[in-house]
Amino acid sequence: MKRRITSHGEPGPGDAGKTGSWRVLRPIIDYNKCAPAKKNKKLCFLCWLYCPDGVITKTIEPAIDYEYCKGCGICAEECPSKAIEMIEESVFFNKEK
Amino acid sequence: MHIIESGNVAAAIGVKLSRTQVIAAYPITPQTPLTEKLSEFVELGELDAQYIPVESEHSALAVCIAASSTGARAFTGTSANGLLYMSEQIHWAAGARLPIVMCVVNRGIGAPWTVWNDHQDSISQRDNGWIQIYANDHQQIIDSVIKAFFLAEKVSIPVMVCYDGYILSHTYMPFEIPDQSKVDEFLPKFSPNYALHPDEPANLNSVTFPDVRNDIRGNLAPGYMEIRHMLHRDMREAIGEIDEIDKRYLKIFGRGGTPFVEGYKNEDAAFIAVCLGSLSYRLRDVVDTLRQEGINVGVVSIHVYRPFPEKEVVCAFKKAKKVIVFEKALSYGNEGALYADIKSALYSCEERPLVQNYILGIGGREIKTDDLYNTLKDSCTIHKSSICQPKWIGLKM
Repeated sequence: MKRRITSHGEPGPGDAGKTGSWRVLRPIIDYNKCAPAKKNKKLCFLCWLYCPDGVITKTIEPAIDYEYCKGCGICAEECPSKAIEMIEESVFFNKEK
Repeated sequence: MHIIESGNVAAAIGVKLSRTQVIAAYPITPQTPLTEKLSEFVELGELDAQYIPVESEHSALAVCIAASSTGARAFTGTSANGLLYMSEQIHWAAGARLPIVMCVVNRGIGAPWTVWNDHQDSISQRDNGWIQIYANDHQQIIDSVIKAFFLAEKVSIPVMVCYDGYILSHTYMPFEIPDQSKVDEFLPKFSPNYALHPDEPANLNSVTFPDVRNDIRGNLAPGYMEIRHMLHRDMREAIGEIDEIDKRYLKIFGRGGTPFVEGYKNEDAAFIAVCLGSLSYRLRDVVDTLRQEGINVGVVSIHVYRPFPEKEVVCAFKKAKKVIVFEKALSYGNEGALYADIKSALYSCEERPLVQNYILGIGGREIKTDDLYNTLKDSCTIHKSSICQPKWIGLKM
């Protein structure tokens, strides 16, 4: 870009800032229920597929990048094993202070 | 080459000579012949452009925004309610700094429906960050369209070229068509400030926050307020560019010299009638008659309305004791928009002329020469009046 006169940016982590701070509910994966984690196999990964922000890894075990996860809850909704629970951020507030 | 054609055709030829690459428009009276002519040029292979038919004016400008974002020279045209239907995209094009050119063929706004000429459509879009040019005749339409592309691309701000519906759009007048080779010399290929390309993906106009923040490389990126300030700053700087462009156009084509305002017998005039568009030529006839009666009167038409060239406007009123603003639009509940702008420009002058406002020709109400003559003659007296509210000419009830 010759002149920076608009809001143009390269796509990449953090182009809209650390959006994890927007989160009200935090998705927590229970690896005892999560299919790939439980069976140690590349299984459903629907959380990875449906995450609109691409913050879940396609790994065994799937991991969530909380710096950017906005807490929309789509992963919890889509998980066929009901392995993801949305927990109030206030629960973590005192623990992480 | 000189031809006799309509104002809409003059605009279409200007778009063709500018080697426009993408045209998207939705037909609306009185703009329709302009878009028909352009689709004809494309169909006949005379203009190597994509003509994209759309289902609405909002989509027409959205297509132009997308095309311009990829670095294509884009054009659209509309009138009245079509312009208003675009409004959200009009602001977007300006904020995204895309050098789109649009002809606004001026028509009154519904309700109630009218297809006839006044200026309420473009005046209502005055504050959206587009440059606004008003043409007085067919020659100015074609010249303004060509200059508009250069200006828009130079300052990265979209430009509206406004001309009176029917009075200019549908009447036939002689005008000169510039040579293509000279237009190519004047207007080089569009070299965009930024062009979207699959090899270089980007977030365009991505969300900003109230404060500035770093981009992904850690460089400070402008926030919303900075981006909007730059639009205003560059709009003001466009005044200098408009002057430069006019000089260059004059050198190549032999026409120009009055880039901001066009005066007629205004140099020594004590009384000056002011307006936008073709009305100024009608007022010239009236001025000639009044001059024969010994009244020291002239006319000034405002060619560039946004950015408002207040210095040049004030300069055109050198000897004026009274300025009489004739308008085909108004800010409802207040007064004519041009009247307000002119008063504001004159405020810093040590000796301020009186300023008076007339509203006329709304929804195409006939503007009679007799009415212009009587109104201007009556206005050419200096006695102070405390009435600031505009007077309406031609009301019948």
